[in-house]
Amino acid sequence: MLDQIIHSKSEPGHIWPSESLTRVPYWIFQDRDTYVAEQKLIFQGPSWNYLCLSVELKNTGDFITTFVGDTSVIVARDSDGELYAFENRCAHRGALIALEQRGNTKDFSCVYHAWTYDRQGNLRGVAFKDGIKGKGGMPASFCMEEHNPRKLRLAEAFGIVFGSFSNDVPPLEEHLGEEIYSRIGRVMNGRTPVVLGRFTQALPNNWKLYMENVKDSYHASILHLFFTTFELNRLSQTGGIIVDPSGGHHISFSAIEPDAAKDNEYAEQDIRSDSEFKLADPSLLQSFKEFPDNVTLQILSVFPTFVLQQIQNAIAVRQVVPRGTGRTDLHWTLLGFAEDTPEQRLVRLKQANLVGPAGYISMEDGCVGGFVQRGIAGASGEQAVIEMGGADTDSSESRVTEASVRGFWKAYRARMGM
Amino acid sequence: MIQDVVNLINHVQGAYVRCIDNGQLEAWPDFFEENCTYKITTADNYAQGLEAGVIFANSRGMLRDRVASLREANIYERHVYRHFLGQPWILAEDSADVSSETSFFVARIMRGGATDVYATGRYLDVYRLNGGAPKIRERIVVCDSSRFDTLLALPL
Ligand code: FES
Ligand SMILES: [Fe+2]
Repeated sequence: MLDQIIHSKSEPGHIWPSESLTRVPYWIFQDRDTYVAEQKLIFQGPSWNYLCLSVELKNTGDFITTFVGDTSVIVARDSDGELYAFENRCAHRGALIALEQRGNTKDFSCVYHAWTYDRQGNLRGVAFKDGIKGKGGMPASFCMEEHNPRKLRLAEAFGIVFGSFSNDVPPLEEHLGEEIYSRIGRVMNGRTPVVLGRFTQALPNNWKLYMENVKDSYHASILHLFFTTFELNRLSQTGGIIVDPSGGHHISFSAIEPDAAKDNEYAEQDIRSDSEFKLADPSLLQSFKEFPDNVTLQILSVFPTFVLQQIQNAIAVRQVVPRGTGRTDLHWTLLGFAEDTPEQRLVRLKQANLVGPAGYISMEDGCVGGFVQRGIAGASGEQAVIEMGGADTDSSESRVTEASVRGFWKAYRARMGM
Repeated sequence: MIQDVVNLINHVQGAYVRCIDNGQLEAWPDFFEENCTYKITTADNYAQGLEAGVIFANSRGMLRDRVASLREANIYERHVYRHFLGQPWILAEDSADVSSETSFFVARIMRGGATDVYATGRYLDVYRLNGGAPKIRERIVVCDSSRFDTLLALPL
């Protein structure tokens, strides 16, 4: 009897319950072996992972440390003007090579036994390599060239730097596809980004629950009541969902109708006067026209863990970093552009209130993943139902669909061989 | 003279944290001047001169809107804070204004009973003295850590 219980305990995991994309088993958010497999097959596999912004490494010697899944990674600009990225793991006994989040350096020296690396991640020095007074030291056969930390391929899209451990992943532009690539370009728009602030939101849930949430256009007007409570919804909006063929990347967008847009440069005019609740200071939402189109919201994700956000004039990149099966760090980088006027910059600072850990419309996203993680705690054998809008992963004009959530699982299963 | 100012600031700050910790958020904006700045940021952002806050308000109206949104719109699990403040350190003072710096320690008590250190940091303040009834003209809340657990709903 006891044997049976123990046996059945390890049983439910590991087999996807059906071919359909409309069911997702809850063990996928709980299982330690799955987490380990994700690191290998997704993060260290044929993915392009967000690393940083090129503008964060302006000068020769600038470096940052960032994450690809669990793996700490160094990105540095060398004297040839190029960026290089390599694992932040000493080739000797595995200590972190760089401890700081950012800085400027000629080279990197591991604190443990002072092995040194150049800015391209090549091992350049081994302390006491030849021993002291002819005694000790590394064997003559030891070849430094064979002991570099793993290097990443790098690619940039409009100043956003992605890295990959894989030699098999297609070039970034091809991997993203024209629709996703061009809409990253739409936001960056040939301008020079300026970091306005960085924050980390610690999420009490599995990383995939956050990515589901990002792709879930169904919840937006239901969970987030800020706009509806203050009756700030736009008069007439169009929009839609774009899911790339792999399923892994998506865009959710909404736009004001061209006619409504005409006399609508400032959101103030959209605010209904008969609302029970009114903003005491509606300047929070006084937008400026930043883009030639009428798109006021564009949430874009790149598989596995990158999000680029335009919510009116609040622009941000979000990097999702798994921290174990039930923990995730969400790194926010709020952006402006060097071209901003002081008035435009102030608008961005005010609209930053919409996002981040205290965001009027995103604080809920910080807790809802935890509600799921806790809700499913005793239900690893049960499944989520993801049928809104059907069973496919097609792009659509309706946002009352879970097509891009299904898309995530399509890409995930393909990568995990599930 | 310094001691008088310290007492005065201490008194106002005591009332400020009591207001938040007792859940009387509607009264919280009244600690500020009409034209005020309230910003929550991190030590890293502050040191690097990065302007954006986790919360940024440049009017008392925006603070009222925060409270209204927390009460009527935002969804989050019920929790309360307990603030502990250090003594204000007076940075500058003249007959109209006082600049001060005060350490804070905030514990967060969740609905289920879990009590955690939620944030530590310092208030960088400019008070307008208003003849003995000081109000905050500027409060920059500099959190020591850049990590915010789950969300930041209630003000610091
Ligand atoms: S672990 Fe880095 S030098 Fe030994
Ligand atoms: Fe959301």
